[in-house]
Amino acid sequence: MYKSTLVQLSTALESKKISSEELIRLYIERCNKHNNSLNCFITITEEEALKKARQADKKRASGDYNLLTGIPIAQKDIFCTSGTKTTCGSKMLDNFIAPYDATLIKKMNNAGLIMLGKTNMDEFAMGSSNETSFYGPVKNPWDESRVPGGSSGGSASAVAARLSPAATGTDTGGSIRQPSSFCGITGLKPTYGRVSRYGMVAFASSLDQGGPMTQTAEDAALIMNIIAGFDEHDSTSTEKPTDNYTEKLNNSIKGLKIGLPKQYFDENLDNNVAEVIENGLKELEKLGAKCVDVELPHTELSIPAYYVVAPAECSSNLSRYDGVRFGHRCKEPKDLSDLYCRSRQEGFGKEVKRRIMTGTYVLSAGYYDAYYIKAQKIRQIISNDFKNVFKNVDIIAGPTTTGVAFKLNEKLNDPISMYLSDLYTVSVNLAGLPAISVPSGFINKLPVGMQLIGNYFQESLLMNVAHQYQKVTDWHQKIPQAYE
Amino acid sequence: MNKPTEWETVIGLEIHAQLATKSKIFSGASTIYGAKPNTQACAVDLGLPGVLPVINEQAILMAIKFGLAIGAEIPERSVFARKNYFYPDLPKGYQISQFELPIVSNGLIEIVIENKKKKIIKITRAHLEEDAGKSNHDQFNGCTGIDLNRAGNPLLEIVSEPDMNNAKEAISYLKKIHSLVRYLEICDGNMQEGSFRCDANVSVKPTQQKELGTRTEIKNLNSFKFIEAAINHEVERQINLIESGKIVTQETRLYDANKNETRSMRSKEEANDYRYFPDPDLLPVLITEEIKKIVRELIPELPDAKRMRYQNELGLSEYDSDNLTANPDIANYFETTMVANGDAKMCANWIMGDLSASLNKENINIKNSPVTAKMLGDMINLIKDKTISGKIAKIVFEAMWNKEGEAISIIENKDLKQVTDLSEIENLIDVIIAENTIQVKQYKNCPADKKQKFISFFIGQIMKKSKGKANPIQANELLKEKLNG
Repeated sequence: MYKSTLVQLSTALESKKISSEELIRLYIERCNKHNNSLNCFITITEEEALKKARQADKKRASGDYNLLTGIPIAQKDIFCTSGTKTTCGSKMLDNFIAPYDATLIKKMNNAGLIMLGKTNMDEFAMGSSNETSFYGPVKNPWDESRVPGGSSGGSASAVAARLSPAATGTDTGGSIRQPSSFCGITGLKPTYGRVSRYGMVAFASSLDQGGPMTQTAEDAALIMNIIAGFDEHDSTSTEKPTDNYTEKLNNSIKGLKIGLPKQYFDENLDNNVAEVIENGLKELEKLGAKCVDVELPHTELSIPAYYVVAPAECSSNLSRYDGVRFGHRCKEPKDLSDLYCRSRQEGFGKEVKRRIMTGTYVLSAGYYDAYYIKAQKIRQIISNDFKNVFKNVDIIAGPTTTGVAFKLNEKLNDPISMYLSDLYTVSVNLAGLPAISVPSGFINKLPVGMQLIGNYFQESLLMNVAHQYQKVTDWHQKIPQAYE
Repeated sequence: MNKPTEWETVIGLEIHAQLATKSKIFSGASTIYGAKPNTQACAVDLGLPGVLPVINEQAILMAIKFGLAIGAEIPERSVFARKNYFYPDLPKGYQISQFELPIVSNGLIEIVIENKKKKIIKITRAHLEEDAGKSNHDQFNGCTGIDLNRAGNPLLEIVSEPDMNNAKEAISYLKKIHSLVRYLEICDGNMQEGSFRCDANVSVKPTQQKELGTRTEIKNLNSFKFIEAAINHEVERQINLIESGKIVTQETRLYDANKNETRSMRSKEEANDYRYFPDPDLLPVLITEEIKKIVRELIPELPDAKRMRYQNELGLSEYDSDNLTANPDIANYFETTMVANGDAKMCANWIMGDLSASLNKENINIKNSPVTAKMLGDMINLIKDKTISGKIAKIVFEAMWNKEGEAISIIENKDLKQVTDLSEIENLIDVIIAENTIQVKQYKNCPADKKQKFISFFIGQIMKKSKGKANPIQANELLKEKLNG
């Protein structure tokens, strides 16, 4: 049963093969058993989940239920959940219990999904390996000496090991797609503004976007049907009507035009990864898609631009953690300055401090034009590059990452190399586009994801292509042996 | 170097007007003043992790209204920016404000200065921003208490050019803006509650010198009296500094009303680098011509136009017009009073006379006057139709003030109706003549130029007897007839 997708679990509950309570017990048991080694949950909400499961069973019995009522899900610990602590992977928020639910959480609760717990993540979502978490690194279930990717590493690891059938993530520079690729699951980063950011602890406001991390594209579509849409509490969420994301899953992709950016297949790309992606593209061609070469000439500029814009916004967003109203406060502050300095010194980890420093610097008088304004200009250029490409193609395809999951500690002390591992993902955030990472093969038993990038609000098409691909491949069904 | 004999003062003002919206600028929390600390701060105002601001459209419309009223430019696109600095009563560690692309720029306002001369003051910009909370350093035994009820209140910061040359001009400008925002109904103007406060940038220079002197910014000014005193004090301080060979340092100074002095708060070196950047949580505000048109139609008759109308159409003096238009509450009261009787001059006299004296005595706002405009208007009408005399009206007014009812019922109850029945007045005169035979004799024998003294005496007696109710004009005519006849 634990190998089931959301669709299968829904059927099982509907046909009364299993009750929600049994289902939750099954997953909680797996969580408790494996969390010690994987460390993918910061909090497991066992009691609350079981209580909700019993309510769900009652609802199902009374006929008042939704498709996913009583089905478990893991929530990234960046989403505020009233009554359960929201740490964002930071000592700063180790004691923080939000008095409100994030819009995404509220929508999932209303849909009847049951939270199993809060998943581990890089501190404040800053990291590509999940090693910056105050709660320790998450392990990759395919090889526990390797990272699961980040920042949504806990969610990716949990779904890959089937400790939860699905999870949520957030993606600022690749934080859904990269860990999905490293862990062999499906992860969708929606168009900026498609999913509400209200209640999602901010890292870089103009880049952050929440989305589903699932076993299949079909499951991702089910989640999108719940979480997508305008939110009056988020001015940057769009009023554009949502699609029915499951409706087009079975459309034929015959005649689909796929653009392959030269810059995604150059010397930065691991040869073995290139081969996996090429095989994946062949499958799509067999389904009737046509591949053409395209140019995204400013791809390399995306990393420096991203590492100006994101830290700039983060330096401001994280100013509220000052030890005054909530979160970590140092002991016996001498004065106001001491309260600020020590609370932040003690509460934040190294990578977060590095980004706050960088961001403060690029916004400073005298540097603002040279860094922040320039980065914004590059951002516009990168968006235009995509716009031009989408004049001629329906989607863009390429690798999600330059290589497979790396070893723990391999890049921890080399931030530049860590940043460069986001090469194929960050430009999508800078442009605000949707993209999905789909399991496409293995290199030495380590999963590889293929990234499909869509035009604005083309989530339906992306999931349609991914679903068609998953109908003819089985990479997404593979489970690490230790968790079988 | 010769000591300059003449100094010129240069003043620019930054006014913070709290916009009269029901809820805060970026959250749904209430803006009502005086609630228990931290009971009007929601998750957004507290800057909790994950919360996002949503602009209050009313605040946008009010800012546009102000911009249109001062003939300013309203851009098609206005942007919110973050002003980053740490302070305990600033929950997010940044204030949402505007930097580039403020909602109002390049407006003008005309003030009256010495000798009734007019002067144009340029308004550089007015931008929207959120207020911070309040720190209370006194009541917590070495600790600081933070009240975030005020955090997120909508402010319009109105920045003038350094166009004012003395404290009086500054006050004239401030009063003008104060009156304008109240007429526009975008700010209640309550200075005690901090809804209208001001920072002054002050510098001095020798009159003949072209470039401006080093300025200081005086903060913490919340009454016209203090502002004037603070500016005068600061000008004196700066001149003394320069004349004793020292220099003025660019700094922020706090005004202490108790000691009537300013003291240094922080110097330019200690000033924050606010690291402004566009707030990514808020979309740019798009302002169409259509919106401007709708807002323009909401602008009421403004004080200058009203003043001219009172003079030209109602025939009131400049003095009366100035007083009656000083604030919209008085003007509204006046205009409502006028509806009942149409006599502008009498209404003006009563409002600026008995009413204003009573209001001042009990420190009551005209809006809350126990004698409403309608009541006063009706009473004035009763003077005009001779139901009561002006003198009796004072008794009626006092009774109305003491909440004894409306004029007509008070007159009825107290039997104050003026006696206009000629035979009744005649009877009264006969009695008075009979009771004062000596005076009547003296009157008849005295020269013509002394007779008026006796007339006044007899009228006085008649009024006394009638308890003031006899119509004095009728009594006067009849008396003369009788005495001379």
